[in-house]
Amino acid sequence: MQEYLDIFIKSIFIDNMVFAFFLGMCSYLAVSKTVNTAMGLGLAVIFVLGITVPVNYLLENYILKEGALGWLLGQEEASKIDLSFLSFIMFIAVIASMVQLVEMIVEKFTPSLYASLGIFLPLIAVNCAILGGALFMQEREYTNIGEATVFGLGSGIGWLLAIVGIAAIREKIRYSDVPAPLRGLGITFIATGLMGIAFMSFMGIKL
Amino acid sequence: MSKNSKLITGPINLNNPITVQVLGICSALAVTVKVEPAVVMSISVTFVLAFANVLISLMRNTIPSRIRIIVQLVIIAFLVIVVDQVLKAFAYDVSKQLSVFVGLIITNCILMGRLEAFALGNKPFDSFLDGIGNGAGYAIILIIVAVFREFFGSGSIWNFKIIPQSFYDAGFMDNGFVILPPMALIVVGIIIWIQRARTKELIEEN
Amino acid sequence: MNTNSNLYTFLYASILVIIVAAILAFTAVTLQPLQKKNIRVEKMQNILKSVGIDATVENAEELYSKNIKQDMIVNTSGEKTEGKGFDVNMKKEGKTALKIKAINIKLLKANKAEKKVLNTELTDLKSKLKLPVYVCEKEGKTFYIFPQRGKGLWGPIWGYISLEEDFNTINGAVFDHKGETPGLGAEIAQSWFSDPFKGKTIFEGDEFVSITAHKGGKDAAKLAGDLKHGVDAISGGTITSKGLEAMIKEDWFFNYGSYIKKNKK
Repeated sequence: MQEYLDIFIKSIFIDNMVFAFFLGMCSYLAVSKTVNTAMGLGLAVIFVLGITVPVNYLLENYILKEGALGWLLGQEEASKIDLSFLSFIMFIAVIASMVQLVEMIVEKFTPSLYASLGIFLPLIAVNCAILGGALFMQEREYTNIGEATVFGLGSGIGWLLAIVGIAAIREKIRYSDVPAPLRGLGITFIATGLMGIAFMSFMGIKL
Repeated sequence: MSKNSKLITGPINLNNPITVQVLGICSALAVTVKVEPAVVMSISVTFVLAFANVLISLMRNTIPSRIRIIVQLVIIAFLVIVVDQVLKAFAYDVSKQLSVFVGLIITNCILMGRLEAFALGNKPFDSFLDGIGNGAGYAIILIIVAVFREFFGSGSIWNFKIIPQSFYDAGFMDNGFVILPPMALIVVGIIIWIQRARTKELIEEN
Repeated sequence: MNTNSNLYTFLYASILVIIVAAILAFTAVTLQPLQKKNIRVEKMQNILKSVGIDATVENAEELYSKNIKQDMIVNTSGEKTEGKGFDVNMKKEGKTALKIKAINIKLLKANKAEKKVLNTELTDLKSKLKLPVYVCEKEGKTFYIFPQRGKGLWGPIWGYISLEEDFNTINGAVFDHKGETPGLGAEIAQSWFSDPFKGKTIFEGDEFVSITAHKGGKDAAKLAGDLKHGVDAISGGTITSKGLEAMIKEDWFFNYGSYIKKNKK
């Protein structure tokens, strides 16, 4: 149980996708005008990460990895087959189909959110945080699917936290006297940079 | 003709992929510590973007809209992996430079952003020009940021020392802070500031 | 034609997947021999580079057979075993080494009954681990080259460290990686990072301490007062630097401990 909690806390705060690795920036910057839209996108990202990481975990361990096909061909034969050159395209295909699913669900049930997310909803597919999640999962070699799921959910929650945080700041910044050319995107970039510096203090924590 | 030239020049300033369309930020942070990777990345992205745009534009009338995201991504990933495999066999040195970027290119939102917003609704040649233009706009920002970060962070440009040794002897230190990703965000923020101060129509309401 | 019907969508997806998979498999299979050769030549170049010989793609094989006199495998007790070091699958051995490390960590917390189980597992893994060593003779001197294998931020990192005859002083080091961040972690492959390894020693008295990467920018090792066993880490490339340090310590290099201690002068 403790391992799960460790991975969960770590993936939210210490290894935060946005502030520690600067992944998933495009939609983060573009869709953070109001807390409501940010919340919607954040939930979509949690959903996609929470599903794609475990699915890709299964793919990696039962199909792609060297010797992973043991259940099908027997150990001897399987150890000769290494399909890992396909891992990028497989991961991205899984991610894209999940995103397509989310897009259809959002369009059907919350058309207003669908309209305000615009092109950034399909762009979740190329949100590097999602592929990053799959690649980190591959690299860190989680021992079972439970850990992989917890990691996926934690990373998603960390991303939601980050985007809701910046959206709240942007809502308040509207009442400040920002130089005209810096308004909107410019000040968001700078605020994100400052938030990133603040989050660096988490990096010293060891779990 | 004027329409075609607009496709190229538009993305360089008024419709810049990074500072206006907010696409491709992650890679702009990851590869701008030094000028060299920034240039390699810009060339690769322009190349892949132009050809993916043409391919998708050719297929645009046949793609079922329900699976269009998957189709687009498979085409991008496919292009990148094939190029990488071929280079690995015939130009190993180049491939070593590039294979690091493979993941970054596939997830670069400029690619999908342009496919989705332009190539799906336009003719192949226009899409090709759009790809080149957006690649160039992306390259300009990347290179400005990289020059700034490499100069202040490592005292060099393109691995060539600019700040003389005598400065270091006198107590000058490279600014390690500029190498960290948050500083790239702040530099891009300042570029946006300068760009919008010069082109008033880009200023946002709030 | 109705491009939105279910049948069309299914057909389209299947055809696309078949075409893409076929072309990918075709390129992968036909190009594999060429790619394998390139990787082999690069491995030779890297081994030679760790003893200060710059080989080109053309003369790598020739220089390799001329300079590398012995190519062997040792086990964790430091004994020579059967086989050629060059053919060892480093990916597999790297994984075994990480498992050994994980068990060592578990052992610290384990109670008596658990310890017994873990120890059997540990002995089993250790007996399986194959550690390649290359012996190079150059200008009348002998150098011992130790391959390294570890984990960076995005994927595997590896390298070669060559020791002088005293089995303590480092003669040279090269590092490489699969996909670390360009300009940050990827800098481990640059000479400014690997050159300072030359002349450092891996023993403090009789203790195998290997090399430490100090954070804090230029001259961090000097500031930390660790010129004997310390080099500068990469600023901004924290996770890669940490991974590299773990690689040349408990993740991999420490497994050579018995072998090196046996031969140390």
